Amino acid sequence: MAIKLPIFMDYHSTTPVDPRVIEEMLPYFNEKFGNAASRSHAFGWTAEEAVDYARERIGKLINAQSEKEIVFTSGATESNNVAIKGVAEFYKDKGNHIITSVIEHKAVLDTCKRLEKEGYVVTYLGVGKDGRVDPDDVKKALTDKTILVSIMLANNEIGTVQPIEEIGKLTRERGVLLHSDAVQGVGKVPFDVQQMNVDLASITAHKMYGPKGVGALYVRRSKPRVRLVAQMDGGGHERGMRSGTLNVPGIVGFGKAAEIMMNEGKEEGVRLLAMRERLRKKLQSSLEEVFVNGSLEHRLPGNLNVSFAFVEGEAMMMAIKDVAVSSGSACTSASLEPSYVLRALGVGDELAHSSIRFGLGRYTTDEEIDYVSDLVIDKVKHLRNMSPLYEMYKDGIDLKSVQWVAH
Amino acid sequence: MAYSDKVIDHAENPRNVGTLDKDDPSVGTGLVGAPACGDVMRLQIKVSDDGVIEDAKFKTFGCGSAIASSSLATEWIKGKKVEEAEALKNVDIVNELNLPPVKIHCSVLAEDAIKSAIADYRAKQAAKR
Ligand SMILES: Cc1ncc(COP(=O)(O)O)c(C=O)c1O
Repeated sequence: MAIKLPIFMDYHSTTPVDPRVIEEMLPYFNEKFGNAASRSHAFGWTAEEAVDYARERIGKLINAQSEKEIVFTSGATESNNVAIKGVAEFYKDKGNHIITSVIEHKAVLDTCKRLEKEGYVVTYLGVGKDGRVDPDDVKKALTDKTILVSIMLANNEIGTVQPIEEIGKLTRERGVLLHSDAVQGVGKVPFDVQQMNVDLASITAHKMYGPKGVGALYVRRSKPRVRLVAQMDGGGHERGMRSGTLNVPGIVGFGKAAEIMMNEGKEEGVRLLAMRERLRKKLQSSLEEVFVNGSLEHRLPGNLNVSFAFVEGEAMMMAIKDVAVSSGSACTSASLEPSYVLRALGVGDELAHSSIRFGLGRYTTDEEIDYVSDLVIDKVKHLRNMSPLYEMYKDGIDLKSVQWVAH
Repeated sequence: MAYSDKVIDHAENPRNVGTLDKDDPSVGTGLVGAPACGDVMRLQIKVSDDGVIEDAKFKTFGCGSAIASSSLATEWIKGKKVEEAEALKNVDIVNELNLPPVKIHCSVLAEDAIKSAIADYRAKQAAKR
């Protein structure tokens, strides 16, 4: 079978909408176009019913106790904002301390930074070389002033899965709320808000084969009942937590996407893991000095983040331009700093500049894995042949001993 | 980010990739940048007795624009007198390759690499005398 180019291997950035999801969404654009907040007629009721069904499906995926615990938003950026700012504001008389990690998504980190300006105190926990937060560090950081701990389920760059259950035990014991940005992990690795004692969780449809611009925030309603201050003023939708007319077709799609994940996520994970390992083994057996960033064991099945030493990430992406991947290299961002996540692992800036993230997903095939690994191997060799660092390495020069003239 | 056709051309078909004998007195080597910053360029020139750069080679660790800048630099200085090569400015590279503002440092690095190679060549010549 001929390979169709370009190949998408960037499933952490977003995912295509599953055709089964599109099919369910379609009637809600015209036929059943009602406003879910219209209480007085059938158009509204139909829409509301569809929205509530989606709540139920999404709630099931994370084991919420009631569909009422699902609040729809415009995406996980908003969910993270509402969760953290909303809790901080509501519980400010109880305390002003928040604990999070240095490898969180910017939607969490920048929200915390803003709160710091408003007088809150935030502890940013570091991670080990494996890319994981040590629950012991959470324990040590908890104070009488701590109101919230926010730790992601799985990291978007390196795919490492955090020990949420262990952290949940600690926060529950201390009566501190636990929020988790579960965007990358939900449906792909176990995530059960009861078992893990999670009180708030952010998810988004477009990372699980649903449409973009629809997200949800899980807000626990009992034991404990979580309260938050809405960050969007308006008609008081979503039980006052998030005003704004609901994106009914998007929400319907989100619900279907969640159901598919619930039914197929586990099997899909097994398949993705096999492909991921096939890719990794091919790369590491054909090339020297290829390093996996973060724990292999506690990792999303579809994630492979590797550094090809002596080759710069953006040059690599350009060389394999028919394959969509991403890099932690500074050159791929507006800032001149390499990925803060890789830095937090202590990977070293030169290896951070050499990192490539392969994200495998529902439509990745074995043929694509073979094509991509052959191509990458070929291009890494090509780029190393023009890399002065590789030549020095081959000559036995310790690159760390060289006096570099940085500019 | 979209690359200019010229950057793509140089990055895909880099000119003058290679290594000259750094111990040869007629060879000047410039090594600039740092791995931690994401770009390192090594540019080498071989200068004839009458001061003409008869060969130039480079190896670069860096993004496509860095590779293109050094590739273009070697192409330009080959056949030029050392003084002419020295006069080359990074803006010439920026204009030729249509580098966006975030990539200007790549051209600066290429200019530095040329200057550093020339300085090395001159130091070697001075030591010979
Ligand atoms: C871990 C994580 N959190 C939050 C987000 C933001 O989600 P959204 O695009 O729905 O705003 C993303 C996606 O970029 C993500 O990967």
